[in-house]
Amino acid sequence: MSEQITGAQSLVRSLEAAGAENIFGIPGGTILPSYDPLMDSSIRHILVRHEQGAGHAAQGYAAATGKVGVCMATSGPGATNLVTPLADAHMDSVPLVAVTGQVSAAMIGTDAFQEADIRGITMPITKHNYLITDPLDIPRTIAEAFHIASTGRPGPVLVDIAKSAQQAMTTFEWPTELHLPGYRPVTRPHAKQIREATRLLLESRRPVLYVGGGVIRARASRELLAVAELTGIPVVTTLMARGAFPDSHVQHLGMPGMHGTVAAVAALQKSDLIVSLGARFDDRVTGNLDSFAPGAKIIHADIDPAEIGKNRHADVPIVGDVREVLLDLAAALQTESDAGHTGDYEGWVAQLSALRARYPLGYDKPEGSLAPQYVIERLGAIAGPDAVYTSGVGQHQMWAAHFVGYEKPNSWINSGGLGTMGYAVPAAMGAKVGVPDKTVWAIDGDGCFQMTNQELATCAINDIPIKVAIINNESLGMVRQWQTLFYNERYSNTDLHSKRIPDFVKLADAYGCVGLSCETPDAVDATIEKAMEINDVPVVVDFRVHRDAMVWPMVAAGTSNDDIKYARDLAPDFEVEDDWEVRPS
Amino acid sequence: MSTHTLSVLVENKPGVLARIASLFSRRGFNIDSLAVGPTEHAEISRMTIVVNVAESPLEQVTKQLNKLVEVIKIVELDPDASVNRELVLAKIAATGETRGQVLDVVQAFRAKVIDVAPDAVTVQLVGNTSKIADFLTMLEPYGVRELVQSGQVAIGRGSRSISERSLRPVTVPVPPVSA
Repeated sequence: MSEQITGAQSLVRSLEAAGAENIFGIPGGTILPSYDPLMDSSIRHILVRHEQGAGHAAQGYAAATGKVGVCMATSGPGATNLVTPLADAHMDSVPLVAVTGQVSAAMIGTDAFQEADIRGITMPITKHNYLITDPLDIPRTIAEAFHIASTGRPGPVLVDIAKSAQQAMTTFEWPTELHLPGYRPVTRPHAKQIREATRLLLESRRPVLYVGGGVIRARASRELLAVAELTGIPVVTTLMARGAFPDSHVQHLGMPGMHGTVAAVAALQKSDLIVSLGARFDDRVTGNLDSFAPGAKIIHADIDPAEIGKNRHADVPIVGDVREVLLDLAAALQTESDAGHTGDYEGWVAQLSALRARYPLGYDKPEGSLAPQYVIERLGAIAGPDAVYTSGVGQHQMWAAHFVGYEKPNSWINSGGLGTMGYAVPAAMGAKVGVPDKTVWAIDGDGCFQMTNQELATCAINDIPIKVAIINNESLGMVRQWQTLFYNERYSNTDLHSKRIPDFVKLADAYGCVGLSCETPDAVDATIEKAMEINDVPVVVDFRVHRDAMVWPMVAAGTSNDDIKYARDLAPDFEVEDDWEVRPS
Repeated sequence: MSTHTLSVLVENKPGVLARIASLFSRRGFNIDSLAVGPTEHAEISRMTIVVNVAESPLEQVTKQLNKLVEVIKIVELDPDASVNRELVLAKIAATGETRGQVLDVVQAFRAKVIDVAPDAVTVQLVGNTSKIADFLTMLEPYGVRELVQSGQVAIGRGSRSISERSLRPVTVPVPPVSA
């Protein structure tokens, strides 16, 4: 007869067998049985200060390493505090396993103390979820959870385990195979679709590679570079894909979308063939959908068939892992190239290059105050492309996307789809645990920072020396920007007074971190360099920037990408000329 | 907008109905009728879902349904190549004078009387949507006291089965065990 162990022991063994190395969490009544064997496990458990921090830390860990992030919480409020990270991971396709305690099986449905139907609550925001009441189900369920979270389109899986199942005696048997008749992600692209895509690429005169976060999740940066360089086609990378293609590359036009570069927005808008690679035609990219890229045919490659045709009709749908798609495309295009067939994109590339030169990213440097963009630009230059950067949501996020300069995948980690303020600090904590040898900077706003800054205690106590740059404009800056532009400068409830309260330097000090402050351009480099020298404790820098800086370019919500503004009341001229269209093909 | 009948094979596990109902609701689709029951395979249940949507949202909802881990297979039944039935139970007022007329209607539709009381009869009819609607129109003048109707169930014509191929065992290797 097999060894008798508790369900809790079975859970910890299962997590070890599944490859979990780090868990972020907080114990409580119904998960207590499992925290006991966790004490003897090889798994490192990091005790956070709020379950939301555990969830975002697991996301940051997953995004930096490509491994499955794991978080743990008790029932009721512990579990509901994971709702935001789960929704965030669902939107941004982050592989995550959340383990929660549930009240004992006999008490489920009785409104017991700290009972919440977390399986019901998280159904729409997880890739899949489970409720375990029989301890025998624990190993198979954990194996399935890790498999589902990390394969196909990655996503969060929640496993809710009744306290009675953790306490009961059971046996442990790690499954040798999983039976999931309804789960069969297609990873190999169809050869016919690759041929069709190749044909369109060779016919096209104005193609663009529209690169999404899927390229990073699929670890396909090298394959992307190969296809881009083989063809010479211009590349745009979405907010989720920053770093998938080097910013320094001559073919890179930057980020498209609501706050995209003029060249990237124009490349999509004026294209005759958009090659979407692991992207999903999000409203923040397309603007008004009816007027988005009116002349473009679409090749849409995605591992999730439901994304194809969801927002924009796909002329060539390709279901598959984007890495495999790029490998197959490269092979097909190489064969054509060897036979002397290549695309003619010269005129298009020249026009886009001219647009990029004419409308570069820029910003004002007002006399006597500090420009937030300058701080971020210097941070990127000094910390360099080997560092990892996380961010919150808002103006600082857009500036961080534009001005850091990314050369490598998994170096830019942010909340794209859900737009979760407070993401930066816990995500940086998780990333630093995952890649301890890299410098990890959280570029945060003063509003965002105050939502989750308690995790600085976790970082200080557990030797997780992250660095935080607070871009302190004492406002909910992006909301304030909209109030400036669309609400007659009536600043309803966006003034946070964060240059007065709290004192971020003292706050950092109270949390066992080094606190620094900077409010003049002259001091920026020295302050960043000082922060870079401190590697034994977390560092928090209060960059006191001027509050009226705005994020440009901008496409106002709901309007057409054609109406992009390069700066306030300044529309760029991006009518591309079509003289190359008359060339004989 | 048009009516579509989807046959959905799902793993017979707790919560699967909630998953599907919640998906329809959050993606903004109304379900006209829904019927769930066991199949010839103990581990598989079959849902017949009737929706009234245009072609392209139907494709989207089908793809979203397919993403649910417990959904094994979805087939849209072609109305010309399938048969569908609903069941209705209705309690009709029937006094001495009207009872005979009510029973005439019952006979004309080949319905059945399944319960009789001094002032009412309860009748049962199996049929497609339009037959049931006609039946109820005919009975309405006598007074419908209570009505209960099942969701539609449907099956393809001919000898082919939609469930046999979906039972092929599909196994996936477990995630790598850490060293």
